[in-house]
Amino acid sequence: MSTPILLPDGEPRAGGLRHGRPKYLEVRNLSVSFDGFLAVDNVSLDVIQGDLRFLIGPNGAGKTTVIDAITGLVPATGSVNHTGTEILGRKVHQTARLGVGRTFQTASVFENLSVLQNLDIAAGSGRGPLRLLRRRKTVDAAVEEALEIIGLEGAAAKKAGILAHGQKQWLEIGMLLVQNSDILLLDEPIAGMSQDERLETGELLRRIAASRITLVIEHDMDFVREFATSVTVLAAGKVLSEGSVAQVQADQKVQDVYLGSSGVEATDA
Amino acid sequence: MRGLLQGRMGTAAGFTLGAVLLLGVAPAVLPAFNLALLGKFLCFAIVAVGIGLAWGRGGMLTLGQGVFFGLGAYIMAMHMKLADASLFGGSGVPDFMSLYGSGVVPGWWEPFRSPAVTLLAVVLIPGLVALVLGLAVFKRRVKGAYFAILSQALAAAFAVFLVGQQATTGGSNGLSGFRSFFGFDLKDPNNKVMLYMIAATVLLLSLALARQLMHSRLGELLVAVRDQEERVRFLGYDPATIKTVIYVVAAVLAGIAGALFVPLVGIISPADVGVIPSIAFLIGVAIGGRATLLGPVLGAVGVAVAQAGLSSTFPSFWVYFQGLLFVLVIGFMPGGLASLPALVGRRRRTRSAASSPAAPARPAPVATSPDAEEKATVPEEARR
Amino acid sequence: MELLIGQMFAGLSLGSVLLLAALGLSLTFGQMGVINMAHGEVMMAGAYTAFVVQRAISDAGISLLVSIPAGFLVGGVLGLVLEAVLLRRMYHRPLDTLLVTFGVALILQQAARDIFGAPSVDVRAPDWLQGNIELLGAPIPLTRLFILGLSLVCLAGLVLLLKATPLGRRIRAVVLNRDLAETIGVSTRRSDQLTFFIGSGLAGVAGVAVTLIGSTSPYLGTNYIVDAFLVVVAGGIGQIKGAVIAAFSLGVLQSVFEYSTTASIGKVLILIVIVVFLQLRPQGIFSLKTRSLA
Repeated sequence: MSTPILLPDGEPRAGGLRHGRPKYLEVRNLSVSFDGFLAVDNVSLDVIQGDLRFLIGPNGAGKTTVIDAITGLVPATGSVNHTGTEILGRKVHQTARLGVGRTFQTASVFENLSVLQNLDIAAGSGRGPLRLLRRRKTVDAAVEEALEIIGLEGAAAKKAGILAHGQKQWLEIGMLLVQNSDILLLDEPIAGMSQDERLETGELLRRIAASRITLVIEHDMDFVREFATSVTVLAAGKVLSEGSVAQVQADQKVQDVYLGSSGVEATDA
Repeated sequence: MRGLLQGRMGTAAGFTLGAVLLLGVAPAVLPAFNLALLGKFLCFAIVAVGIGLAWGRGGMLTLGQGVFFGLGAYIMAMHMKLADASLFGGSGVPDFMSLYGSGVVPGWWEPFRSPAVTLLAVVLIPGLVALVLGLAVFKRRVKGAYFAILSQALAAAFAVFLVGQQATTGGSNGLSGFRSFFGFDLKDPNNKVMLYMIAATVLLLSLALARQLMHSRLGELLVAVRDQEERVRFLGYDPATIKTVIYVVAAVLAGIAGALFVPLVGIISPADVGVIPSIAFLIGVAIGGRATLLGPVLGAVGVAVAQAGLSSTFPSFWVYFQGLLFVLVIGFMPGGLASLPALVGRRRRTRSAASSPAAPARPAPVATSPDAEEKATVPEEARR
Repeated sequence: MELLIGQMFAGLSLGSVLLLAALGLSLTFGQMGVINMAHGEVMMAGAYTAFVVQRAISDAGISLLVSIPAGFLVGGVLGLVLEAVLLRRMYHRPLDTLLVTFGVALILQQAARDIFGAPSVDVRAPDWLQGNIELLGAPIPLTRLFILGLSLVCLAGLVLLLKATPLGRRIRAVVLNRDLAETIGVSTRRSDQLTFFIGSGLAGVAGVAVTLIGSTSPYLGTNYIVDAFLVVVAGGIGQIKGAVIAAFSLGVLQSVFEYSTTASIGKVLILIVIVVFLQLRPQGIFSLKTRSLA
């Protein structure tokens, strides 16, 4: 493998990069309403390049809707700023071209296309019409690297539809990587994975986040504790708390919200 | 067949074989009448190539290809009427206009006196109509059934419009009685062979074009759009653009086919372009295998041959048969005949690794198929 | 002025036929994702039912009153058979159901040609529907008034069924979320069959209704199906309120366009209006709002 383009060395840290002029995602007063129901209510949050931020909260807290709003899937009010550029109010594909990539709760890959084709499409939104009209002859260096990172070199020619569940999710992460976005929004990337796969994914997330703006929705608190550098807690559409894992766990408001809800033990330790 | 068509050499060989059969063997073997008939079928096959791209690969169920076919056909017919009138009548006014109308050529006919304008218009007008409609429809994310119904309504409106304009389009009689084609006498058998050769060449060229598109990155993207249109947006592409491009290609192919149909068959009327003929274009495509390269062509020709054979002797039976074809093929074998080998193969549990990338036939969802594969065969649009 | 009122009224009665035809299409599309191209032929079957009934009962008045329930039954049973034999295996392939039912439409049309002949046949309207009443000086044919009334009665019955009976609640639940309805124990099989029966029955009634204003031919279905689909698209799939507004607007617009231009240009104008309308509201007048990814 030549010099890595997708994953430079490094570790994420709370608060993100401390040198140079890091990129950032600045969300201000974001609100989404479905027929009068405020699914997201005045949410503000900042994620700096190099931080691995987790977005947690009980079911129905509006986590996925925040990502939907940032990516332009649902109309929203407020402001979302990507390193000086307002990205709210654009169409989905325009937002994507401004460097915002995401994955979905249920891994969604192109099942009738091969793994390689999936990655090639993800890597290619910048291609001109002439390149589109030609046959794919070489494999982009980034695609090759991504295949290696997600461990699917051997399955490059396989149809994505026959991959195992975990592999599909990895493929989706690979697509996100080659898309070369600055902002990565991952919606429950480890759902349905085995323990080993989770650990591997966590390690991968940390490598990814070292050089990018990363926001991950996750339910599994063990996973969050192990890999997050910072956490934002959402409840009933509002930001409830923000800080390190220890800080939010100590927050009385967070404990109240999670009281009685299973699966998330915010008060253990 | 499949093995033959694999790889670049195989493609070249297959293409050459097709060219030899269509351009060499058929004219030598077939009597003039049958050759003209085959020429007509090849026109349908050209339309089918476009439908295979738009519907099979792109998931756009276009029920209005008759419109583009008709546009090309009427443009050519108008030119031929005007040319005939100048050549043989001297007055420059087509016969039917003096019969039904004021005997004055309407202004919008005039540009088609020019052969150059006509040839351009045959390509550009269907293309432009498809472009405007495609952008209007796809940009607003009107898709799936909505698109199918709109395209069908377009065909209905087009046919009604033609019927209503008796004095300028010949009404329900259409335009017929052509005597010359760009100065060539249509009665001359040599010229008839030439017309057939043109149709066969255009078909071969459109197959080459379709193959290039299917195998290009655009073709891969098109399948992605067909299966998961929303997902493609999040990768930074606008699916509307991709769909519109393919829709325009399909429309242009249909337009050219229509323009060839007129001199070959000698008549164009609203009965060739309305709702029913527009849907009828689809059955051949479905039988042959909608997502494959050759399937639509073979299917279209096969259906046309069957129709020619059956409909004159048993007209009533033919309609029942056609209806049954739709029910059985679409209902029970959505991948068409091209999916038969895959079906049989799966039954025998001999899952050979990857099927030919040249012809990824969409396997029919059979009851025994594993869940993952079943899902993989159903386009996203269809699932909602 | 009188002419305009006359045209408006002609539009309303066209709209009521379209509504009867579109209600069934809209319901089955909304609930099962089935696009039934043979729906027009179900209408045709209703019309031929009226013809057959009149041959059996010569009194035009009684035969009309018998034809309406008979048309409903014939249409409904036809729909049931279609659902049971073919469509229930294709609920997740809407575009394919369109083509399959087109095949069925071809077969039914040819059957009508073979049974009743290609030339159109006529059904006599009863004496008490002959003549006109005056509305603001414009003569309104009683037949058209009757059709309007009939469709409103059918509409009221359908709305009552959907809103006020447990059966209707089940149907609406399936329209909103099929999988969820299934998991909470709604028998989707039963409600699917019923929806098909009612929807096709209404088309049968529509067929009986059109015999009052025109003659019956094997092509009757083809003439109405495209417009009925446009009503569904413009009204929003599965939306009864939308279908009502769209059907009457389309009927009136068509009459007005045809009056002020020609029949053929009127058709083209209608299509342009709908395409422009879909630019503003791509999902139709009303649309279901659900929180799904795509």
